[in-house]
Amino acid sequence: MKERVRPLIIGAGPAGIRAAEALVDAGIKPVVVDEAPLGGGQIYRQRIVPDERTARDLYGSEAGKATALHKTLAGLQDRIDYRPRTLAWNIRDNIADVMTDGRGGRIPFSHVILSTGATDRVLPIPGWTLPGVFTLGGAQIALKSQGCAIGEQIVFLGSGPLLYLVAWQYMKAGGHVAAVLDTAPLSAKFHLLRGLLLYPGIVVRGIRYVADLMARGVKVRFGIEPVRIEGDTQVKGLVWRDRGTDHHIACDAVGYGFALRSETQLADLAGCQFVFDKRDRAWQPVCDGAGRSSKPGIYLAGDGVRISGADSAELAGERAGLALIEDCGFPVDKVRIEVLERRLNRVQRFRGILEQAFPFPESLVRSLADDVLLCRCEEVSIGNVRSSAQKFDITDLNRLKALTRVGMGRCQGRVCGSGAAEILAHASGRSLEDVGRLRSQPPIKPLPLDLSSDGEAA
Amino acid sequence: MNAVVVTDVAIIGGGLVGSSAALALRRMGFSVVLLDKGFCGAQASGVNYGGVRRQGRPPEQIPLSQRAHAIWPRLREVIGTDGEFIRSGHLKLARTEAEMASLEAYAARVSRHDLGLELIGHNGLRERFPWIADDVVGASLCAGDGHANPRIVSAAFAHAARMSGAQVLENTPVLHVEKVSDTFHMQASGGAEIRSRFLINSAGAWAGAFAEAFGEPVPLKRIYPSMIVTEPLPLFMSVNIGAEGGGVYARQVERGNCIVGGVRGEPLDDPDFSRPTGSGALTIMNRAARLFPTLQKAHAIRFWSGTEGEMDDRNPIIGPSRTTSGLFHAFGFSGAGFQIAPGVGEVLAELVRDGESSTSLDSFSIDRFTRADQARTRVL
Amino acid sequence: MALLKRLVRQNYPEVPFTLDGVSCVGRSGDTVLTAVLTHADRLRHSDFSKSPRAGFCQMGSCQDCWILTADGRRIRACATILEPGMTLLTGLE
Repeated sequence: MKERVRPLIIGAGPAGIRAAEALVDAGIKPVVVDEAPLGGGQIYRQRIVPDERTARDLYGSEAGKATALHKTLAGLQDRIDYRPRTLAWNIRDNIADVMTDGRGGRIPFSHVILSTGATDRVLPIPGWTLPGVFTLGGAQIALKSQGCAIGEQIVFLGSGPLLYLVAWQYMKAGGHVAAVLDTAPLSAKFHLLRGLLLYPGIVVRGIRYVADLMARGVKVRFGIEPVRIEGDTQVKGLVWRDRGTDHHIACDAVGYGFALRSETQLADLAGCQFVFDKRDRAWQPVCDGAGRSSKPGIYLAGDGVRISGADSAELAGERAGLALIEDCGFPVDKVRIEVLERRLNRVQRFRGILEQAFPFPESLVRSLADDVLLCRCEEVSIGNVRSSAQKFDITDLNRLKALTRVGMGRCQGRVCGSGAAEILAHASGRSLEDVGRLRSQPPIKPLPLDLSSDGEAA
Repeated sequence: MNAVVVTDVAIIGGGLVGSSAALALRRMGFSVVLLDKGFCGAQASGVNYGGVRRQGRPPEQIPLSQRAHAIWPRLREVIGTDGEFIRSGHLKLARTEAEMASLEAYAARVSRHDLGLELIGHNGLRERFPWIADDVVGASLCAGDGHANPRIVSAAFAHAARMSGAQVLENTPVLHVEKVSDTFHMQASGGAEIRSRFLINSAGAWAGAFAEAFGEPVPLKRIYPSMIVTEPLPLFMSVNIGAEGGGVYARQVERGNCIVGGVRGEPLDDPDFSRPTGSGALTIMNRAARLFPTLQKAHAIRFWSGTEGEMDDRNPIIGPSRTTSGLFHAFGFSGAGFQIAPGVGEVLAELVRDGESSTSLDSFSIDRFTRADQARTRVL
Repeated sequence: MALLKRLVRQNYPEVPFTLDGVSCVGRSGDTVLTAVLTHADRLRHSDFSKSPRAGFCQMGSCQDCWILTADGRRIRACATILEPGMTLLTGLE
């Protein structure tokens, strides 16, 4: 009976909202928890209050998708049990431990769809903890959600599609973009020509961003190596290396990142198996094409399982919802499933191309100096990691954590984990796959000690 | 890897007990192979609470505990790091008059052991430890006790053992062990074969199988003590805190994090690993916030738990096998092994060298359960 | 020097708050992070080296943007909406 099915969806971004919609269409009422006060995820994040900007100003070419998604969620409100401002901080044995506005609770569920999204993948670079340095995603949120630029003279640095998108958005919004510095060589971009066949619109738009930036006189450089971000108490400048020559640029803010990394902690806590994903350079939860994890009743969708972007997340969310419905023995539209799977496959082919166009800067990992901070929370340096790895013959990321405190702080390794894996792999002469992944521990985010423990938030 | 390694002593289990025994044996000149199924000190030795405490132990453990007590302040000399050991004192709280009476009775019971216990009444507590909730009735202070960092201490003992010449084989589970005439034969994963004159079973929660292999089954259960840790806070908690009757213990490390324990976690699908339960962690968070009002405004940033072996009578098994000469057991520390482990390492080395130890082990013999069974049978 | 540059909501209703004892004004719709960093160059000091920090991810993941309130709590600035009368401290504890 449908009343006995009580699914929980964690995350109300593109994947979560489409999953909820699919369930509601089948007559099932899910609980949807989301940390943000308003749904949409990070990519289609909504403002706390409306301001003078239009949806087009905020979301650019994706305004239609963003608005449609927000409308869908608004339309679902009466038919889902929607809990915004709610952190799911632990999940185990069909119960999610949650916190809403500082109050604790437990949500029992029959099935769960984890659509937990992604954050920027970063590598430590000298000066990266200075005020004024934000992730690319952070820079985008400051602009989109708060209408603020991260500085007056901004350098965008790193690699990945977000690099150009954010720089372009800043330029459009009236921010001053001092430079866009891409660690990937220009030659790598020719891979995008193959992408033209799959998604001509996206590729052409990307090229337009770069052209627009250049036309406005923004310094765009390819194949560079970041040397350091300068400043004592805030960003004053940035030095990068281009074919052996160091260049300096004055700036008061840096937005940077090297593509994205999946938020997989809840999948880990839920007991899902993980597998190493070469493309994402990370251990990711095992997931079939329909969103089924290795554990019955646990479904995964969107960037939280594999970095695939917002369009893919919408498709994957719907597909996971349908898988759940199907697994409960209810009828599903097979034609629709075929369409979704075909589209999802196409996205995966395109992601492979993007990865070649914006390759991860492996050489940076080798050249990072020992005194650079790796773990921002516990303030552990790269040198400490390298020497401990040597002294204790460390070959495993959890062992590294135990012996150096890397990933032990407030963020639980979300920020430094991928960099730590790269550095340990290099220091120990092992593959990224071999050094493993940080075992997740609850709570995935800090909890107040006086959090109420008053039972089921039913 | 198929060469047979011949050694004087093989040690199964690279926790604090096995590692400290390896180190002590090396210093006596024995050749040692130390085997661990994972990483040395990654289980209970490395993920326990970190209390270095004599107070509260049953009287029969105190001679051994005193022996270890002498080692802790010398850690830097022994293993090259102080392991963040702080002689902060251990303050055991009484939340009721009955608990206070129990603390007084304990102090009387162990008075001949020179623990230097000091009973403190309500007013004294308010004056000296004003950060403890007002409704705590009294406490017993053992000024010589303290706390240390298990992650660092356990790894450093294993590292010191290695540096002193012990052959340390990590990620090498022992698959089969038997004694053939005078020699222990071990087959370990990766094709490793080890032969030794002596064998030490210090395999913690996994030691039961090895005892059983030599005809000595023991009632060893698994427990999963779990802990929470707060964000770094200004230093306020000047002593290691325990509570009569249990349910909460807490310490603050020099970096400012408070570590609070007092509940048990649950095993994962792979029972070698465990995790705190959400409700259990909330329980200790709330208890800590009540007992230490400063913590009401703090956040917990991480939970964890470890896998530990527990005996019915909560005393460990330490000493020679009753079935097999040359075999020594040391396991089942029941959640209270961290402080005494370095002492146990020394005792094991003495047992190997001399066949006996200068510290009494009568209460820890492996046959105490079978003896008890026989006694019960006789009564029946 | 302020880190963030406000591009919109310039004339939205004022939300008064105090930062290190100084009266400041944010705008309706501000997060604590926005309100503080449009006035100052830091939110807090790191736990161990005491170096200034001003957030990083702005999406509640990195936990870098904690700021101390006068009553001794730490709040995550990027995920907390500014409320009138908040008393915030960036100073060393």
